[in-house]
Amino acid sequence: MAKVPVQFTLNGSEKAEFIDSGTTLLHALRDKIGDTSPKGGCHQGTCGACSVIIDGELRLSCLTLAETCNGAAITTTSGLSEGGVLHPLQHAFLDTFATQCGFCTPGMIMAAKVLLNHTPNPSRDDVVEALSGNVCRCTGYEPIIQAVLRAARANSQNAA
Amino acid sequence: MALALQTFATVKEANAALKSQGTRYLGGGTLVVRAANEGDVSVSSLIRSTEPSLSAITVTDGKARIGASVTMAAIGGNPDLGFLAKAARAVGGPAVRNMATVGGNLFAPAPYGDFAVALLALDATVSTHDGETPIETFLTRRDSNRAIVTSVAFALPKADGFRFLKVSRVKPKGVSLLSIAAVLELAGDGAVSSARIALGCMADRPMRAKAAEKALIGQSLTKDGIAPALAVGNEGTSPVTDPIASAWYRNEVLPVHLGRLLLT
Repeated sequence: MAKVPVQFTLNGSEKAEFIDSGTTLLHALRDKIGDTSPKGGCHQGTCGACSVIIDGELRLSCLTLAETCNGAAITTTSGLSEGGVLHPLQHAFLDTFATQCGFCTPGMIMAAKVLLNHTPNPSRDDVVEALSGNVCRCTGYEPIIQAVLRAARANSQNAA
Repeated sequence: MALALQTFATVKEANAALKSQGTRYLGGGTLVVRAANEGDVSVSSLIRSTEPSLSAITVTDGKARIGASVTMAAIGGNPDLGFLAKAARAVGGPAVRNMATVGGNLFAPAPYGDFAVALLALDATVSTHDGETPIETFLTRRDSNRAIVTSVAFALPKADGFRFLKVSRVKPKGVSLLSIAAVLELAGDGAVSSARIALGCMADRPMRAKAAEKALIGQSLTKDGIAPALAVGNEGTSPVTDPIASAWYRNEVLPVHLGRLLLT
């Protein structure tokens, strides 16, 4: 199988790799680049655990071919903390016990990040809608919803 | 399963490449990459085209044309297609909607393909390099289709003439138990003068409820007026049985949901 070059920005850093044609972005991120924050859950686009942000949009890395991301800016949960300081969303997930097994958490945080980027003060319904493509088998969702609302409040207080 | 991706600047070149065995067109990836991940070995090569017209939406003179690569999110956010937002947002979660395309939805097997149900009610035409095909004909022949869909086009319905309903067990987003789209026109006295009703999950692909459409003509949208249509709503259906619902259940509840849609 011929290798093809891919080049994109991952969490602000330039990445260039040679990959097998047809490799999913999830596989490229985890097994070639070493960013294991996106999780491979269903590989069917159903669970949302592999969610990443590509050029500002939430996407499923398990159904995205890495070659189609040439030149793109990709954000994963591992790129959210700055200088060892957790992102407000990460803090809120800890504070509200929104993480149990933790497998869905990076995908949930990516979905929540896109929501807060566009809707800094979301309603509960906005949060439920934004997380509707992400499955959690542990928490019953309520702590996750509370975490996102808490992060939004923290952001608005910081901005005030 | 190793896949090879070939990208072409034009649909013409991509169509030529699709003639090779084992090739499949890659839209948003929510069907074909999913199939490959699941172990579908019939696909060895993916073809895609980056031709800009595939991503264009034009709404002029009461007619809309949506490029096949336009995503559900793009439709959901287009102010000229506001009436379709509910149908576009019925597809998947936010990430799926950022990826799933109009063209791909035409090929989505039940219980997926809710947006194609809306397009069927709108009596859209489907464009390929062979020309335009009425969507009803296209859906019938879709399994043997080898030409890249470039766009869908339809006449904009009159104000409040389009109705859409998706029924799922999980809120706010779940896989369809069934979906219904209708384009209704009413005469001055409130009687239905024209009706197109499309059903999702009531066969392996979207289908028209033609007996119900016929029974609605001349009737008012009241409980008594729609009763004859509901009585024949299941005519010709052959619903899928899947983990969401049995064929029997889908047939049982279709008249209930059709009634709710018509009385909205």
